[in-house]
Amino acid sequence: MFDYTIRRTLLAIPTLLFISLILFLLLDLAPGDPTAQLPLTIPPEVKEKIRESLGLGQPLVIRYLLWLQQFFVNEPLHYLTEITGWDLSGDRQRVLSWQSRSPVVDIILQRLPQTLWVVGMSYVVGVLIALPIGIISAYRQYSWFDQIGTFVSMIGFSVPTFFTGVLLIVVFSVELGWFPSIYDTTHVVDDWSSFLFQVKQMIMPTMVLALYNAAQISRFMRASMLDNLNQDFVRTARSKGLRESTVVLVHVLRNSMIPVVTVIALGVPTVFGGAIITEQVFKVNGLGQLLITAIQANDIPMVQSLTFIFAILIVAFNLIADVLYGVLDPRIRYD
Amino acid sequence: MSPQIEQEASQPLVEVNSLKVYFPIRSGVFRRHSGNVRAVDNVSFSIGHGETMGLVGESGCGKTTAGRAILRLVPITDGTIKFRGKDVASASPEGMRKMRPQMQMIFQDPQASLNPRMTVASIIAEPIKEHQNLGRSETIERVQELMDAVGLNRDFANRYPHEFSGGQKQRIGIARALALNPDLIVCDEPIAALDVSIQAQVVNLLADLQSSRKLSFLFISHDLGMVRHIADRVAVMYLGQIVELADRDDLYANPSHPYTEALLSAVPEADPEYERSRRRILLTGDVPSPSNPPTGCNFCNRCPKAFDRCFRDEPALKEISEGHLAACHLFDNS
Repeated sequence: MFDYTIRRTLLAIPTLLFISLILFLLLDLAPGDPTAQLPLTIPPEVKEKIRESLGLGQPLVIRYLLWLQQFFVNEPLHYLTEITGWDLSGDRQRVLSWQSRSPVVDIILQRLPQTLWVVGMSYVVGVLIALPIGIISAYRQYSWFDQIGTFVSMIGFSVPTFFTGVLLIVVFSVELGWFPSIYDTTHVVDDWSSFLFQVKQMIMPTMVLALYNAAQISRFMRASMLDNLNQDFVRTARSKGLRESTVVLVHVLRNSMIPVVTVIALGVPTVFGGAIITEQVFKVNGLGQLLITAIQANDIPMVQSLTFIFAILIVAFNLIADVLYGVLDPRIRYD
Repeated sequence: MSPQIEQEASQPLVEVNSLKVYFPIRSGVFRRHSGNVRAVDNVSFSIGHGETMGLVGESGCGKTTAGRAILRLVPITDGTIKFRGKDVASASPEGMRKMRPQMQMIFQDPQASLNPRMTVASIIAEPIKEHQNLGRSETIERVQELMDAVGLNRDFANRYPHEFSGGQKQRIGIARALALNPDLIVCDEPIAALDVSIQAQVVNLLADLQSSRKLSFLFISHDLGMVRHIADRVAVMYLGQIVELADRDDLYANPSHPYTEALLSAVPEADPEYERSRRRILLTGDVPSPSNPPTGCNFCNRCPKAFDRCFRDEPALKEISEGHLAACHLFDNS
């Protein structure tokens, strides 16, 4: 298992390099000009100078290799410098955003907490809702509970978040006035009342996304439980005279969790990716919002770095899911 | 002899009385109850202490369902199952759970019947932990005893089921069934999924365990030769009903019901001389659907000896000679 993990990690390096090249080429091929939004009063030759100062005059290969060096060498060195205090990075160039001229990674780190709080919490809440619903739906297949669960899942799955989000805002912010419609990122939690406000402003974006996540995961859980409920070993467990709760929670659930855990692990990168639409609806300035504004502004270093970080997370969680599968299921062996 | 023991000796271990297991068919948009699959339809028999009852029949005749119903692993529609005088069919869930240690089952598919995420030791130990208050070391000791009893190497205790061969897996299943010293074991085609060379080993193991532990078996199989080898009495099922029930030798020597005759005529003979002279009775037609059995005798549409009454009246299972029961109008004197 350890060898397998190491081998997969090593294999991930060429995969990621290839992904970064594809991303770079895609962004380069895409139409758009970072100076397009500058005022028309700026003369064309000045605009050309600005483009050159952004490095756009260089050939494609040089720009790609420069980005690689900045992202894989300069950024880690800069962090080591910050942590240890030794001057390792010197005056090495970091990856800069074309919008703000500040380092891309610093901006991402500023935005990360909002995304993790809102989107991450919605994922946790979604899983916590989905698992019991999936288990009960399967155990009482075709009961009223199951029918309602199926219906709600279908709604959660098919109704887009920009609709449910706005609907919640209309109902709970405009009509009832219970929750704020805009997520205030500058809010600082330092006492009980500010904590309550934080909870209040998180509820709507979290629940919108949680509904969507729960809809998917509860379906997986239900299907996986149904697969196992009719297995012979469950009948064996009953014939042993075990309590029904032991039969369901130990024999059925543990075996059913194997595929579900994989699905949950594979969904984690989407948390970091942010929920672009939901963040827009509730004005959460997280990673999703950062990405969409960077795309609008043709901020190629920012888009390139963000999408590449998502790629790293996806590759990493694929590996984690595979390893978890091996840990949970004794029949799977990686040699 | 105390009166209780005396009573116990005279009473059969299991007494099944007009057992019915119907599975509802639901159809349409609102899943209305539109009919029943009569998997087991009015079946009665008994199993004595230390006896092996063979239950034979073709696929889908309800023999597995009957076996499961005795352990109440399927919902019972009607009838009674007296186990040591206590009714299994109407026991409360908790009461049923308390009775389970005395009645166990060996399943047809040894792979599927073992939880893939549990080690052999934990599979065998689980019922012990649930029903007996043994210490940790005693439990381990008991597990090892059981593994010895079924001929499994003790060193394999911490392996997972998928690491074993089919025959070994079935031994794990047997050890698990024996863990609580049951009185009755329902063997649901325990050898059907095994190689012929392994089948004999497993059947001999079962026979050895029976004589050393005074077990009663309900041996469900479609292998007539194997049933002849192990069973004391044999019941033949067709379409959810018992058509003939007799002592083994009696049944194999004088099959009375036309279905039993046809079934036995299909058994190949080992001796080429006999095999050449064997006359097969070939049945025509298909088994009717158990959701819509024919009126009259269930077997009437395929029976070579059917006459007008068979299409009208349902025959009852009754004694045609000492200890030999058959459900057929041919034996009605009236």
